[in-house]
Amino acid sequence: MMTVRISDDALALACGADDVAAAFEKAGAAVERVSSWGMHWLEPLVEVNGVGFGPVTPADVQAILDGGADALCIGPVAAHPFIVAQQRLTFARAGKTRPLSLDDYEATDGWKGLGRARELGPEATIEEVVASGLRGRGGAGFPTGIKWRTVAAARADQKYIVCNADEGDSATFADRMIMEGDPYQLIEGMAIAGFAVGASKGYIYVRSEYPHAIAKLEQAIHKSAHIIAPFHLEVREGAGAYVCGEETSLLNSLEGKRGEVRAKPPLPALEGLFGKPTVVNNLLSLCAVTHILADGATFYADYGLGRSRGTMPIQLAGNVKHGGLFETAFGISLGTLVNEIGGGTASGRPVKAVQVGGPLGAYIHPDQFDIPFDYEAYAAVDALIGHGGICVFDDTADLAGMARFAMEFCAVESCGKCTPCRIGSTRGKELIDRILARAPRGRDTVEALPQMHNAPRSARALEDEITLLEDLCETMKFGSLCALGGFTPYPVLSALRHWPEDFGVTRMAEAAE
Amino acid sequence: MNDGKADRLDEIIASHSRREGPLLPILHDIQAEFGHVSEEAKRRIAGALNLSRAEVHGVVSFYHDFRSEPAGKPVLKLCRAEACKSRGVEALVGAAEAVAGDRVAVETVYCLGLCTVGPNAMVGKTVHARLDSAKLTALIGEMA
Ligand SMILES: Cc1cc2nc3c(=O)[nH]c(=O)nc-3n(C[C@H](O)[C@H](O)[C@H](O)COP(=O)(O)O)c2cc1C
Ligand code: SF4
Ligand code: FES
Repeated sequence: MMTVRISDDALALACGADDVAAAFEKAGAAVERVSSWGMHWLEPLVEVNGVGFGPVTPADVQAILDGGADALCIGPVAAHPFIVAQQRLTFARAGKTRPLSLDDYEATDGWKGLGRARELGPEATIEEVVASGLRGRGGAGFPTGIKWRTVAAARADQKYIVCNADEGDSATFADRMIMEGDPYQLIEGMAIAGFAVGASKGYIYVRSEYPHAIAKLEQAIHKSAHIIAPFHLEVREGAGAYVCGEETSLLNSLEGKRGEVRAKPPLPALEGLFGKPTVVNNLLSLCAVTHILADGATFYADYGLGRSRGTMPIQLAGNVKHGGLFETAFGISLGTLVNEIGGGTASGRPVKAVQVGGPLGAYIHPDQFDIPFDYEAYAAVDALIGHGGICVFDDTADLAGMARFAMEFCAVESCGKCTPCRIGSTRGKELIDRILARAPRGRDTVEALPQMHNAPRSARALEDEITLLEDLCETMKFGSLCALGGFTPYPVLSALRHWPEDFGVTRMAEAAE
Repeated sequence: MNDGKADRLDEIIASHSRREGPLLPILHDIQAEFGHVSEEAKRRIAGALNLSRAEVHGVVSFYHDFRSEPAGKPVLKLCRAEACKSRGVEALVGAAEAVAGDRVAVETVYCLGLCTVGPNAMVGKTVHARLDSAKLTALIGEMA
């Protein structure tokens, strides 16, 4: 009997993979459900003896079984240019293994990192992570090994490992793909972390928008409990709050509180979950650790450039022709990613803008496409890599509208703790509305009072409103407690700087630093 | 409130008693079973966890997932985050709301992690991708 392999990850399901699988079974083929290769434009992707077909509908099934369907055939999947061009470590198993099969995991070097950590001992394990140069993949880019050292050195009766799998940024899905496609890798990474810092308990905080990931993780934790013992893991479901991806807000949420951001210090590494020393790491950071331990710090650090070492699972999304998961060493240029790997826009129209790093990331103009994928290079142009999400927009996009959305998103998702974010975002949205409506605001009753010496004497012109928007962004940037309020100015100001015509002005916004 | 309901609430609360920080798991279970977190539920949780009713209410109101009132109709969550915007979701909203009318609640969600194949939507735990106006209105039409 012929065996066909079809992904059962949420994206494949959303594209109709279950119907395709059922059609193959009905036609007498054996179906194996595997993880996704990450070539999303081809989903549902069907693999027969290593040869791929996609996107497949139930109507194509008979033709594929009969050796036809040439129009859908992409040749050997593993040799596809999109796959060959990558340097996959974290996603090495993608498309190749059955997500919940312990046999498949072991056969692909699973548990090798944990085994080596146990041989090395906790201290040497941490030093290996430090030496690898791994920086947190959740956004801030803090060195993972240094964080672990702090937690290891703290004295306490209980310590925790918390995996941040909140993945709230638009255009990101790497965490989801691991949880659904290779959950044991995350479990192994967390067990290594627990062993290294002396924590016996771990929590995985997953956003509620990922029910498939939660279900897979729960099964995987159950099946592998004996391997990671005495370390113990539990999945916790978020409740639809973007800000709970911020680590201290996440800890409050785990404790059963409102997801308000905590002021630092104290650092979570010293006083984290329930006041105990806690490692909070992004899912991808924890997965990278398995490779660092399995193959050595040098092996890992040999990928990348400057202070950005290793590989980054980049997520090519939005209006892009070949969207999906592209893992590669740091240093690749944005232009290569968008135009060559991604094949330009899905709509076939010119690329207008690219947002990198989620809703708090800057909009980047095609003029800047030579920028290398590197934490410092992005910071130098007021942009950020964040969690590695890239969202492509074609020339129909309205960047003033996107700037307005950035403010709106901040207003909806603000935890409410500080004024620049809570109030500023709402005022920012109103301000952009006025700019777009070409309806500059006149003096209001309060401003007209004689004691309001500093209030404007006349109605605000469009130019004044733009200046006000820049001022507001300045206040949010420097006056907010966390990056939600603090980074919302990035998308807003970058849109204003590069596409002033979308705001109805010609002046370049220069004083936006 | 009939006793069966109250007993069931207590049962859910008790089932999480051995967890650290049990409040969110309790609220998720109650929301899933009853469709909202009622005043009665808040009081019972507060009593069991040694919190004030206001503290429980504060948590319920903070998170977008929890409701204090039942939705009263089926809910479709339409993703309107950046990647789905770049793929044209905003152009679908008008028609979707028109078909939904009073029968279906079309709510906004920010990202379902399917950002390469949008516009996307979620109904219960089922996800739908590559929506265009026809597919989305058909989907809403099929909802009870
Ligand atoms: C508003 C906001 C949202 C965030 N969302 C996430 C998220 O979804 N996932 C994540 O790993 N980190 C997120 N972060 C970053 C975390 O606060 C923290 O830096 C990270 O979990 C640390 O892990 P790492 O060192 O492995 O990156 C967010 C930060 C902010 C300010
Ligand atoms: S910036 Fe916004 S989200 Fe962050 S702490 Fe302040 S109010 Fe909360
Ligand atoms: S932006 Fe819509 S699924 Fe991610």
